[in-house]
Amino acid sequence: MKKLFIIAGLIVFGIACGNQKDSPKGDENKSAETSESTENGNPSYDPNRGEGKYTSVELGASLDQAKATEGEKVYGVKCSGCHKLTDEKLVGPGWKGVTGRHKPEWIMNFITNTDEMLNKDPKAQAQLEICLVRMPNQNLSDDEARNLLEFMRKNDGVK
Amino acid sequence: MRKSQINALAVLTVGLVLGVIACKPKNAGSAVSGDAAEKVYVAPGKYDEFYNFVSGGFSGQLSVYGLPSGRLFRVIPVFSVDPEKGYGYNEETKPMLNTSHGFVPWDDLHHVEMSQTNGEVDGRWVFVNGNNTPRVARVDLKTFRTAEILELPNSAGNHSSPFITENTEYVVAGTRFSVPPDDVNGDVPINSYKQNFKGYLSFISVDKNNGGMNIAFQIKAPGVNFDLSHAGKGKSHGWFFFSCYNSEQANTLLEVNASQKDKDFIMAVNWKKAEEYLKAGKGKKVSAKYAHNTYDDKTHSAKSEIRSEVVVLDAEELKDICYMIPCPKSPHGCDVDPSGEYIVGSGKLAALIPVFSFDKIQKAIAAKDFEGEYQGIPVIKYQSALHGEVQKPGLGPLHTEFDGKGNAYTSFFVSSEVVKWNIKDLKVVDRVPTYYSIGHLCVPGGDSKKPFGKYLIAYNKITKDRYLPVGPELPQSAQLYDISGEKMQLILDFPTIGEPHYAQAAPAELIQKNSVKFYKIEENNHPYVSKGEATTKVVRQGNQVHVYMTAIRSHLSPDNIEGIRMGDEVYFHVTNLEQDWDVPHGFAIKGANNAELLIMPGETTTLKWVPDRVGIFPMYCTDFCSALHQEMSGYVRVSPAGSNVPLLFSTGKNMPAADSSKAK
Repeated sequence: MKKLFIIAGLIVFGIACGNQKDSPKGDENKSAETSESTENGNPSYDPNRGEGKYTSVELGASLDQAKATEGEKVYGVKCSGCHKLTDEKLVGPGWKGVTGRHKPEWIMNFITNTDEMLNKDPKAQAQLEICLVRMPNQNLSDDEARNLLEFMRKNDGVK
Repeated sequence: MRKSQINALAVLTVGLVLGVIACKPKNAGSAVSGDAAEKVYVAPGKYDEFYNFVSGGFSGQLSVYGLPSGRLFRVIPVFSVDPEKGYGYNEETKPMLNTSHGFVPWDDLHHVEMSQTNGEVDGRWVFVNGNNTPRVARVDLKTFRTAEILELPNSAGNHSSPFITENTEYVVAGTRFSVPPDDVNGDVPINSYKQNFKGYLSFISVDKNNGGMNIAFQIKAPGVNFDLSHAGKGKSHGWFFFSCYNSEQANTLLEVNASQKDKDFIMAVNWKKAEEYLKAGKGKKVSAKYAHNTYDDKTHSAKSEIRSEVVVLDAEELKDICYMIPCPKSPHGCDVDPSGEYIVGSGKLAALIPVFSFDKIQKAIAAKDFEGEYQGIPVIKYQSALHGEVQKPGLGPLHTEFDGKGNAYTSFFVSSEVVKWNIKDLKVVDRVPTYYSIGHLCVPGGDSKKPFGKYLIAYNKITKDRYLPVGPELPQSAQLYDISGEKMQLILDFPTIGEPHYAQAAPAELIQKNSVKFYKIEENNHPYVSKGEATTKVVRQGNQVHVYMTAIRSHLSPDNIEGIRMGDEVYFHVTNLEQDWDVPHGFAIKGANNAELLIMPGETTTLKWVPDRVGIFPMYCTDFCSALHQEMSGYVRVSPAGSNVPLLFSTGKNMPAADSSKAK
């Protein structure tokens, strides 16, 4: 029991540190459908979209095989060390089903804007509490990120 | 005790304390004024205004400090091995320290010169000299790593180096210890110095795009001790000035025998003229053996090439390249003001500072206003070259830097002070003590056409009572002065690594924006790279075993290796798969007669390990990388020679037999 308190304390402390700068008060209570806008006209924080430059990502009805093949190569170099293609956790979560758990915008923002997402996004932070290793920013280009997303879709059975 | 007695005692005590202070005028209390702390305080999270590149002297390394805080940011290994970074220990960097004498793990780094464009510091490279086994190195300020090292033939004691011309056309290297040239029999009596010993000046061309160095030509000059140098600039661009002592040509007890003459020389070299002679084919190709080592950021590897020839111009034969200017007395520093008109010679045994005029030197040469020849080189009359002398400036002048506002700052070793004087009227403006025995000094951009002024840093040889004692060897130190006003003001002391000789500084904004954050894994052309864990493997070639390994937070792959046998040479080629700033991984294995690897993101480096006994050897990441850093480890099994344990490698699969069903 004592141990649990300590862990809980650590987690709260960790989040408090991470949130210091980026999180406006009361953020966590806001719904996804909030209509408030920020200065540059973007909607305020949308946990389904995440934090980053992607506001909408167009997905084809069927798989873009060329993109998926390129994405698989990127996976081999930059991701496979920590992520399995099954649902088994290695260092990070397995990728099976990831495109069902998150919106494409959220995935794109998370893999390209990792540090800010880990500092701000509730779902990313929940995952960090499980894995306890901050996902490295692997400095993906826009194309690499998009190709990876397509490979994740292929891995989730999109034909 | 009665109250009045206590009061009396208090007064007495204060008096005594004041008395002690009054008797010791050179203590820190009297030298530092109230707002010093404010001037050097860089708040947490804030950046310093200047980078300061400081020679590490006999450490062989280059240190990087911030100014005005005096905080040490980095020690860049250059001429000495550095087990912390694996420099000179991993297979990739060993060739950097190759010379014609083989692998040399140490040198004595004295001078620092930042590259310039149009006479202004451009923030691209820092050049440094190796004094003992003559070499010049180039440090790339994108990576803060040694990119190239060039050995110098026909040289010994490469001291008047690595000073540069105003567009970094050339880096020079003049020999302090004259020796017989490399292509003749050097087995001669030492006391045949006058007949057999020569001084060579190397002009190293620098590729303006990639910084690549090449000895364009050497000038064969009389056998004396070439001490320091600086290039002309502006109107004197095309000329180089070298101080030299031991014009007596002594070969023993130089302390006495090289201090006989009233004047030695500053040698003016017309390098544009030398270039003409070179084009006209007046250079002589002579055989020489010297190493040229280069580091490639794409293969993450160095290679060393031994060169065999150098072109030499003879100063005695080609009369109008070199001219001697008499300079009192055993000149050390040789510094050129921002306009290029004034050349300051600092006779280290003199009690005055002569300042020469470039215009007057040119007139004297045109009018052949010579007092004779020294070893076949024309000697210009002292008065004909002289702009004037700074009278009674202090004792033992060594070096001079400039602030761009018409002032010169000269260090005085014997009288432990910095003296500010006006270049035109040669009047002393201000003087401040240093603690103690200052050698070099530095003003940011202080040897360029555009000094940044503001600060002056004194590099002191002796610190005695300035720091907490740490045994018989005390830190050498730097002292920071604010020179923005009329009076110089001491504002900070900070200890340095090794012995600080020359240093240079430049605004942070010139450099920080170019700093590489990680190496792109896609561009990694290392022959043993593993781009992704799927490509990791262990390959046996006879008794050589190559381990293609990856590191990412927080595991090594493979992390279980069996089938290594006694007599094997194992090469761990570790690729860091991270692609983010500030995430290096380390690698070490028990018992390796070697250092660690410290692998930057996207880089591959190699540790050679020759197991010395049978058993299990742990290996682990040495650089704390994540919450699971302590888990980042593995085992290697070493079996006897001739063992038939098969070569096996894996990550996460080598489970106990009973648990094998759990492994996926």
